[in-house]
Amino acid sequence: MISKDEVKHLAKLTQLELSEEELEKMTKELDLILNYVDKLSEVDVSNTKPLTGGHNLKNVLREDNPLEFNFDKDLLFQEVEFENGFIKVKRIIDK
Amino acid sequence: MDLENLTIKELHQLLINKEISAYELTKFYLDRINQKDPDIKAFLSLNDKALEQAQEADKILKTEKDLPMLFAIPAAIKDNLLIKGLRATAGSKILENYKASYDATVINKLKQQGVIFLGKTNLDEFAMGSSTENSAFFKTKNPNDLERVPGGSSGGSAASISAKMAKFALGTDTGGSIRQPASFCGVAGLKPTYGSVSRFGAIALASSLDQIGPFANTIEDLALVFEAISGLDQFDSTTSPLADFKGLSDSLTNEPLDIKNLKIGVPVEFFEGGIDSRVKQAVETAISWYEKQGAKIIDIHLPYSPYGLATYYLILPAEASANLARYDGVRYGLKIKGETFQEVFSKTRGIGIGSEPRRRIMLGTFVLSAGYYDAYYSKAQKVRRLIMEDFKKAFEKVEVLLTPTSPFTAFKFGEKLDPVSMYLSDVYTVPVNLAGIPAVSINCGFEKVANKKLPIGLQIIGNHFQEEIILKTAHLFDSYAPKPEF
Repeated sequence: MISKDEVKHLAKLTQLELSEEELEKMTKELDLILNYVDKLSEVDVSNTKPLTGGHNLKNVLREDNPLEFNFDKDLLFQEVEFENGFIKVKRIIDK
Repeated sequence: MDLENLTIKELHQLLINKEISAYELTKFYLDRINQKDPDIKAFLSLNDKALEQAQEADKILKTEKDLPMLFAIPAAIKDNLLIKGLRATAGSKILENYKASYDATVINKLKQQGVIFLGKTNLDEFAMGSSTENSAFFKTKNPNDLERVPGGSSGGSAASISAKMAKFALGTDTGGSIRQPASFCGVAGLKPTYGSVSRFGAIALASSLDQIGPFANTIEDLALVFEAISGLDQFDSTTSPLADFKGLSDSLTNEPLDIKNLKIGVPVEFFEGGIDSRVKQAVETAISWYEKQGAKIIDIHLPYSPYGLATYYLILPAEASANLARYDGVRYGLKIKGETFQEVFSKTRGIGIGSEPRRRIMLGTFVLSAGYYDAYYSKAQKVRRLIMEDFKKAFEKVEVLLTPTSPFTAFKFGEKLDPVSMYLSDVYTVPVNLAGIPAVSINCGFEKVANKKLPIGLQIIGNHFQEEIILKTAHLFDSYAPKPEF
């Protein structure tokens, strides 16, 4: 149902490095799960709308007033590298 | 004095009457942790300021008498809930050294009551699992049998209450992660209605399913904690104005349930298939106990509930794959060096994220991808509605539903090797999360295996925001029903 090449592509999309051995195992396990969830194909949903969750959810509106929020500034950026007030990351696009 | 066997209300009286100090109570629990936790391993980290905070509480106790019920009560908190200044690992290497910069709303509410936090409890990585074996740090053991798992993902919280290393604990429940470990460990655990308790400050797994809830040794304690943590919150717009539970815990005794007018539904589908015969026997015995007390027992059909697990394992990975995209090697925790952004990103995640989250992130990305979206994700959302409507129809006929919490009792370490057999332990709990309704798990007896007694859980399910009736139904059982061995 799912091929090794598809899993390889997923590993790239999700930025999760997989070794050759892991790739083999992951393909098998995903296949097992996809086989299990395939039982949903028995269900007729032609007249059913999707349920995205919650109970009678309504859009919540409020005035855009600033609030005091109690947080620790030092801990907010504990592992983040800064340069001139900007967050520093490695180059994303080659020169 | 057996402090560990007293209820929160009894401890409150002792504190107010100055028969014990907050310091003594906190010290008592820390000593129990030091004595028992080397074997059980429920805690990932301890709060080294707990005794200091207890001394502060004693200063207040000197002058004030009118204090909240949870004042100076020691608690354990699942390590995916943020307490400012304390580590919050979510059981993952990628957050191993991460410290929370703010308090979750539930923590804020407990702080206002004066709760003392003893420490943070172990869990399956990012709350993904049913045995706490997926923790990146160590395995927690079931206090009823150290060769067995405590359940999961809130296994550390459940074990801490079972071994009486805290008076109450908080966990999170996305597909059964409070109720199933409560069942395995023989304690009470509540999964509130989606929207009853703010999720602000909980490390997100699947945002349309996650709820925070309490563990305790009695339903009265459970209700007290639920009352304290629930309510509308401006930081979580999915909390509801209906989430007003003031007075609920007092109402357990002041306005007890009229059992003669209670209609109990028994969903036929929850007693078929892979259920262990002794679990079935125990739950049926509990149901006949209610019948003897005068409740009316009605057979109910939830024809779409057998599709719950398959639906869940499409919706959960989809949402989790989006939620876990934030662990990018820039903003939080672990950072592995590399030459390019890509390299930093994939190496950090490659090393920092364990096998179960990897599986679910990949599965979620797959079911959301173009060409598969309609067949998987959209289909699952439609079946989700059918599952919810099943419950709605049932609650037109009955007030509560009684089911087993899990089809079997605590299993041995390493026993569930393939992911699907592990997922099956949540087959009776996931439909409740999909429907967004509340359910409580309570011990209803024991399975005798060799010389061990393994707890069996009874699940009591209610309609949206009907926490009061399920807790009253549970309280009756908790107070009067026998807990037989099978």
